[in-house]
Amino acid sequence: MSDAFIKTIELVVNRAPVVDRVEPRTSLADFLREQRMLCGTNIGCEQGVCGACTIDVDGVPTRSCITPAISCAGSAVRTIEGFDDDAIMNELRAAFSAEHALQCGYCTPGMLMTARDIVTRLPDADDARVRLELSGNLCRCTGYVGIVRAIRRVLDARRARAAAPLAAAAATA
Amino acid sequence: MKAATYDYAKPLTCDEAIALIVPTGGMGKFVSGSQSLGPMMNLRLAQPEMLVDLRGIAALRACRIEGETVTLGACLTHAQIEDGKVETGTRGLMEYVARGIAYRAVRNRGTLGGSLAHADPAADWINTMCALDAQFLVAGPGGARVIDGGDWMAGAFTTALEADEILTGVRFARLSPTARWSYYKFNRKPGEFAEAIAVFIDDAARGVCRAVIGAIDAPPFAIDDARDLLRDANPQTSCFDAHLEAAGIEAGSYEHEVHRVALVRAAAAIRNQDGKAP
Repeated sequence: MSDAFIKTIELVVNRAPVVDRVEPRTSLADFLREQRMLCGTNIGCEQGVCGACTIDVDGVPTRSCITPAISCAGSAVRTIEGFDDDAIMNELRAAFSAEHALQCGYCTPGMLMTARDIVTRLPDADDARVRLELSGNLCRCTGYVGIVRAIRRVLDARRARAAAPLAAAAATA
Repeated sequence: MKAATYDYAKPLTCDEAIALIVPTGGMGKFVSGSQSLGPMMNLRLAQPEMLVDLRGIAALRACRIEGETVTLGACLTHAQIEDGKVETGTRGLMEYVARGIAYRAVRNRGTLGGSLAHADPAADWINTMCALDAQFLVAGPGGARVIDGGDWMAGAFTTALEADEILTGVRFARLSPTARWSYYKFNRKPGEFAEAIAVFIDDAARGVCRAVIGAIDAPPFAIDDARDLLRDANPQTSCFDAHLEAAGIEAGSYEHEVHRVALVRAAAAIRNQDGKAP
């Protein structure tokens, strides 16, 4: 690290407060992987196209390869490692496994981030919308059919659960 | 690749930001979402010595509608526009356009002003602002100034903005309640930069019928009077080619085909709105 421009930043990473020193040119992805040893975030293209590095910054999916770590001072960052106890992410993980939505797994952390965004932000998404929203995450081995099916499975299950109490109420009425 | 080394500051006012950039003698750059500059720096196409982050400046997020004039702050993100977090006064045009910019993760951070200052001819806002005939609001060491839409872009990736000036926002006339618009973008994959863009704004109440031929490796080509395009339902025997030629697109080329398709489809989308709300 060349010292000239190094600055100290404070941020929250996976719910833990972090104080660290960064070069301004260090991307958020490199900061997480090389300084915080959080290697679940993968780096693909480093130009914001492939989506492999997508993580959660302040509650929304963000490209960590083209976002400098220093610009995230004061933010809450959540990587794939920070979603171990997340109910939606666990449902998505099970669905990805059931639908064979990964092969080499390189795109998977980013795919899961986008998938979680689709499930929470667009609960009524049809397959065409799921595909459109996934257009920013490239998979080069499994293909997209299994990934779309996995997201479909979680959307359908959540819809069914949301409708179940209504159906039960209608039955007793 | 990784970005070359640079210094970084995140001031709270435009004056502070300008004071930070002036001493860099043109080697510093303002940045907001870094969704265009970030890739360029990683590819080392851009190697600024200093980045001055504008996202801490609250004034750059201010939006207002006064009378018939809409002012939008430069640091609005595409996602905020997509989600209708601000009133754009464009009857859904900007919300629609925002949804088609890159991908949600990029839209969460990329900004209106950043895209306009980057001035990629194939980007969405530069063409949308041309259709809206927007003015560009600028702050610099000598104070504030307003740049007319037609003077904003000198060429691909080149604007009238000086190195020590900040694009603070855009200003345009609110569309009237009966205005119609259409936006057609041709790209092979959703989220890519466009190969062709066509925009129509038909606002008879304000006497505006304007179209834009965009993504042409040059500033957007504005058609100030686009009524002929909306009247002519037969693109094979029509005035479409005359406008494409005026925009400098060579007849018979691939570019001519995709731009014509975009223009024809955008015109058809307006015509199909006849008698109903857009």
